[in-house]
Amino acid sequence: MSCKVLIADDEPNIVVSLSFMMKREGYDVLVARDGVEALDTIRRERPALVLLDAMMPGMTGFDVCEAVRADAGVRETRIVMLTAKGRETDVARGLGAGADAYVTKPFSTRDLVAKVRDMLA
Amino acid sequence: MKAGRSAVTAALVPGVFLAAWLVLGVVLIGASLDPAARQEVVSAVAPLVGTHGALVFGWWLVAAALGAWAVMRLHGAFVVPIPRMADATRLLAGDAGAPAVRPAGGAAMRRLGDAVNALAAERRRLGDDMAQLVADASRKAAEDRDQLGALMAELDRSVIVCTVEGRILLYNDRARALFRRLSPAPKIAEGAELIGLGRSIHGAIEPAVLAHARAGVERRIARGETRPSARFVTVAGNGTLLQASLAPVRPEAGAMTGYVLLIDDITEVHAAQSRRERHLLQLTEKSRASLANMQAALDMLDYPDLEADERAGFQAVVHDEVAVMSARLAELAADTGRDMLGRWPLQDILGADLIDAAAQRIEAATGRRAERGPVDESLWLLADSFGLTAAVTALAARLGEREEVVTLQLAPAGSWAHLDLVWPSGDGATAAAAAGWQDAPMEGEGSPSPREVAERHGGDLWLAHDRDAAVSFFRFMVPLAAGERDDLLADERPVYYDFDLLAGSEASSALDDCPLDRLACTVFDCETTGLDPGGGDEIIQIGAVRILNGRLLPGESFDQLVDPGRSIPEASIPFHGIRPEMVRGAPRIGEVLPALHTFAADTILVGHNVAFDMRFLRLKEASTGLKFDQPVLDTLLLASIAEPDAESHALEAIAARLGVPVVARHSAAGDALTTATVFLKLLPLLRERGVVTLGAAREASANSPFARLRY
Repeated sequence: MSCKVLIADDEPNIVVSLSFMMKREGYDVLVARDGVEALDTIRRERPALVLLDAMMPGMTGFDVCEAVRADAGVRETRIVMLTAKGRETDVARGLGAGADAYVTKPFSTRDLVAKVRDMLA
Repeated sequence: MKAGRSAVTAALVPGVFLAAWLVLGVVLIGASLDPAARQEVVSAVAPLVGTHGALVFGWWLVAAALGAWAVMRLHGAFVVPIPRMADATRLLAGDAGAPAVRPAGGAAMRRLGDAVNALAAERRRLGDDMAQLVADASRKAAEDRDQLGALMAELDRSVIVCTVEGRILLYNDRARALFRRLSPAPKIAEGAELIGLGRSIHGAIEPAVLAHARAGVERRIARGETRPSARFVTVAGNGTLLQASLAPVRPEAGAMTGYVLLIDDITEVHAAQSRRERHLLQLTEKSRASLANMQAALDMLDYPDLEADERAGFQAVVHDEVAVMSARLAELAADTGRDMLGRWPLQDILGADLIDAAAQRIEAATGRRAERGPVDESLWLLADSFGLTAAVTALAARLGEREEVVTLQLAPAGSWAHLDLVWPSGDGATAAAAAGWQDAPMEGEGSPSPREVAERHGGDLWLAHDRDAAVSFFRFMVPLAAGERDDLLADERPVYYDFDLLAGSEASSALDDCPLDRLACTVFDCETTGLDPGGGDEIIQIGAVRILNGRLLPGESFDQLVDPGRSIPEASIPFHGIRPEMVRGAPRIGEVLPALHTFAADTILVGHNVAFDMRFLRLKEASTGLKFDQPVLDTLLLASIAEPDAESHALEAIAARLGVPVVARHSAAGDALTTATVFLKLLPLLRERGVVTLGAAREASANSPFARLRY
């Protein structure tokens, strides 16, 4: 059975590329448009990995990450934070919230695919 | 007539002495003879007594008279003048201005009198010299202080000098204006409740912040730094951000006796900086996101096996993101431009000065005359004077190729000024040629156009025609400087310093022991709707002034109309002149009393028939929670102590007796000012009656027959 990957981002322009790429890699792709929807999807679908944007309206990526780590049912979900916030304080906050990896935009899709593949291996 | 009796006694002494001497001689001769011989002598002399006795008596009488005359002469020369000269000398010893000793009596006595007079004259001369020296020194000190005051007034930073305890010794106009902005009740006390001579700076700046800064300075002093000072940023009452530097006042580089604060309001600067930083951060983050979107889409386009619609989708993403980024950059450029506008260094300049400078530059640059037309001399502009002059000159230089004379004019227009460069319209050829000059660069490609210079002022520039006057002109719209300057210039220059506070020992003595002329006083007066606060009458106006160390501080006053929240009886209007429409929109008593309370903090209260005003204040204690519990003095009672025999102790009557001009009687501020001046004039009269300290004044007031009312 193929792994489920959730892409949570409010910008359709990145979602279209990421989902295309993840599908080509053979993953089962889910999409969420904001933080609340992302958390719901994680709890319902239990994806193996989440590509999580830090800046979403309503619940931010940081909030979602903390909520996931606090929830015993989905605590093991792998989380890759994708964010335009590149200051050291932001990286520290993302990792502090419990992300497994913190990727600053813009990034090379090839590197991202490699990282996802490693984390799910 | 003691002197006369002593002279008569002295004159009789020689006669009595001679008589006694003769009798004694006869008795001694008689005693030396034996009884028989004595008998013989008696029998021989006895018949002679009848015939020659008168001769012997006459002989004695002549000698007695001569002796009396000689004694009288001596008495007059050496005895009589001594007490008189002693009295005159004693007077001279006490007061060098007393009349000179009148020399009298014998020559030696006269010389003694002359010597005393010479001594007194020398002492008088020394006294005069000393008084001259003191007067010169005081005048010099007063000049120095006035120069310092003038210098401070010109500084464009807020300066406050405080004692180590934080009492304000000096402040300048800028500081006053700054604290007026910081005041929570700017319309009521105009910041005078925050800043005032003798007040504590701690009302305006957090004591802990100041203590920290002072500790820093003291550490630097201990380390031996030559110019120790500390900088700090603090937030004032209404959120204003203040940056201050604190430098110590150290007489002869010794211990710190006070400090100088230089304060800048950096709220605006800080806000602009934060805005720029926020813009930059947003730009970075949004650009990153856009770049990520494009990068990902481009990466996808690298896949060779894309369907046509997939390819079109990724290409659309790239196009979209490029458009978004371009729009964002355009917006940023506009924002930055606005910030640049805000940062352009505009300064206050007298409009007439700017016109003169421009006229001179036009003549220097073109050789053509630039005439000065109607110019409003009172206008102050907020302008980049160099840029504005250059823009006017650039336009005039191009006009100069066609016109003999141009004219410069300046007129007010609301909060703006119109600066016009005028020439006769003639056949309109020049105006036709001039169209568009305002948008052309002044000096070659890339330099700003005259219109851009006008826009830096937030204003504008255009070409216009006045057909009636047959003139054409370029009109610059330039902002006027803020009005504060006029207010400050119009006032009599306020007293902003009092170095006597440095010498004061405010904490050491209890307030009751404090002499009346060393007190900080708030002299106040209320106008009311009527005479019965218990029956619903309310305050409609409060006026107050401050007295510090026996000096009236005219710059620190309080003058506020109050909305009584009820009607103002028509019958009361002649007494206070306040009509209902005047208090409409004024603050209520609940807003005004806190400002008055702060204004009067750390001072005693003084009023005329103050029991009346205090009843109104006391009745508000419950609703406002503010207690006016400081000591209170009443000029009515003080006047009754100083002049117990005067007929009337009404304020006008006392003022007339003491030569105090009555200003705006029955306006609260006018009455407060009159009462304050009367109070100061009463102080020397009270001193003559032994009433020197606050405690003595309160005790005497309580015993005054007028002290019917307690407050």
